[in-house]
Amino acid sequence: MKASASGFRWGKHAQLLVPLLSILLIMVFNLFRDPSFFSVYMSTNNLGNPVLAGNLISILNGASELAIIAMGMTLVTAACGGQDISVGALATIAGSVFVKILRAGEITMGAIAVAFLCCCVVAMLFGAFNGTLVSVFKIQPMIATLVLFTCGRSIAYWINGGATPTISSPLITAIGSFIPGCPIPTPILIVAAVALILSLIFRFTTLGLYTQTVGINQRAARLNGINPTLIKLASFLVLGVCCAAAGCISVSRLSLINHETMLLEIEMDAILAVAIGGNALGGGKFKITGSVLGAYAIQALTTTLYAMKVPSTDVKAYKAIVIILIVVASSPVVKQAAARLWTKIKARVPAKKEAAA
Amino acid sequence: MMKRTPNRRREPLTDTMLLVTITIGIFFAMYFSAMAIWGGGFLRWQRVFDMLNDNAALIIVACGLTIVMIGGGIDISVGGVIALVVMSCVVHLNSGGSILTAALLALGIGLAFGLTQGFLISYLEIQPFIITLAGMFFARGMTTIVSVQPQKVAHEGFKALMKTKIEIPWLGYIAKKGNLIPARAEIGVVVALVIVLIVFVMLRKTKLGRGFYAIGGNANSALMLGVNVKRTRFISYVISGLLSGIAGFVFMMHTGAGNATNAAGAEMNAIASAIIGGTLLSGGVGNVIGTLFGVLTLSTINAIVTSSGLRDPWWQEITVGAMLCFFILLQSVVLSLRGKGGLKQMLPKWLTVRSKE
Repeated sequence: MKASASGFRWGKHAQLLVPLLSILLIMVFNLFRDPSFFSVYMSTNNLGNPVLAGNLISILNGASELAIIAMGMTLVTAACGGQDISVGALATIAGSVFVKILRAGEITMGAIAVAFLCCCVVAMLFGAFNGTLVSVFKIQPMIATLVLFTCGRSIAYWINGGATPTISSPLITAIGSFIPGCPIPTPILIVAAVALILSLIFRFTTLGLYTQTVGINQRAARLNGINPTLIKLASFLVLGVCCAAAGCISVSRLSLINHETMLLEIEMDAILAVAIGGNALGGGKFKITGSVLGAYAIQALTTTLYAMKVPSTDVKAYKAIVIILIVVASSPVVKQAAARLWTKIKARVPAKKEAAA
Repeated sequence: MMKRTPNRRREPLTDTMLLVTITIGIFFAMYFSAMAIWGGGFLRWQRVFDMLNDNAALIIVACGLTIVMIGGGIDISVGGVIALVVMSCVVHLNSGGSILTAALLALGIGLAFGLTQGFLISYLEIQPFIITLAGMFFARGMTTIVSVQPQKVAHEGFKALMKTKIEIPWLGYIAKKGNLIPARAEIGVVVALVIVLIVFVMLRKTKLGRGFYAIGGNANSALMLGVNVKRTRFISYVISGLLSGIAGFVFMMHTGAGNATNAAGAEMNAIASAIIGGTLLSGGVGNVIGTLFGVLTLSTINAIVTSSGLRDPWWQEITVGAMLCFFILLQSVVLSLRGKGGLKQMLPKWLTVRSKE
């Protein structure tokens, strides 16, 4: 970590090392396996528009929902020291509200905006429910969100009266895949927009600092005039909005909602993204960039496995092996052992040089 | 609250016993009111045995989870391990294996998961959530690698074992024709109850059992008292893995078929049962008898929802979610009233890996 001489202080960004290295490792593996993995080319989609295609684009595109949810999950993790396992269910509820409202009338830009706002409100209400259990009743986040995890998908099913309705409109397709005339997939643009909004919030408000403070020491935060209850609740509300955005993207991709399979197990991937991103799952300091990189690392791994023609049902097993390798490599014990080894080698090398001289 | 007379001083109820008592009380209240309102099936002992028959595997994994949770950890790989064990054993039996080797295979798989996860969590100090999540992914992926198609047991001896039921005449009922129909319990139920008993005695009477409570309550104090924290934690995961293996075998004796989606969500059901039974995710508090009643409470809720005519598929999960919420709130309120803020520092031990100075 002595790169400070070059003006770039690693100490501040050391946390990003793990996700970046993971992505790099996957990419290097692909380079040796099949260099054509990296080809990005223009093709035309069904509507005849020129669009970007290729594995790299599909990684960026496919990880959109995960990246958005991981951003919110990072905040909740940092503030509460626990994880929300109801995000998949929450996104499904939001998606189902989105569909319900759009099916009520003609689909126009205005209707989509209204539907999105409504599903944001609904998702924030459920987020507030989780947040209240966690912040006011002081229940561990994982248990508090187990409630919505259990019944969330059923609520989504119930909202649409037990059907899997479809919404078909060029506007919805534009949100889910490509805006005519723009070669970049829309979900990528949405992720960029969400990231921009969040980074503006962190730049111009104290939310980030306060969240970190509450996560590190709640009592100290309270003595400094920060209201931990409010900050925890706020983190759940932000997560709610993230889930709403992810839900809308997911619904728009397929133009239909299947409450059982939509964003299945995304809560697990999101928590994983947070952990790979180098954030402590016990709360405190956090870096949203790390989680987003973690999300892309997970998606890169999945896409690589698909490119290797691994059957979609078997992907999980290989994913698990890589995940274990990553976490073992970044575990404190292994890090210490590596550091000790490094000092030993360092001590030995000059000795040899002296001996040679 | 307590009488101050020295010789007639009563021990105050511990948190564990208080929560267990509440759960048992609520279970009986629910069951008796169901008897009073719907009568019919609820009046027969067979209903209780049916609940046990259907949930024998769940009871076994919930016991393992209770131990892990008392020790302040979590294991979400159990559902995946059950699925993997069932699928491997069915394939093994169908390709000419014997029942004994199938049972050994089940134990072996469970033990392998327990040893690996326990080692990574306790000796490499990696967060249990991430490791067991990877374990779940691995088990689920391996299940489909073993066989994507659902498999049915064709082994005659095993089929006979599946049909073997223990008849208990004095708990039976007189059918309309006047003949006595005895209550029937499967072998799995006996296994489950024996395991509950063993775990109960172990947690109560052995040094190891008390060690789980010690490391879950406060790992640092336990270390200072001379408990081998790492080894105790390691053993808790090994037991959980082993019990998942046994649960897989019991599950197979109940269903007789391997399917990639077997025991889907079993980990969350087991966690929910343990929580309803008064085990706290933060560690140090819990009892397997409570867990047993937690499983029975969950299945009574399901039975009540079905009998009360809410036949739409979503009601089941929504009611379970609502009941879970009720139990969590009740525990939170009871404990905080009792200890005046006793719930304030309830971060699970495994989440506070980072020292908070």
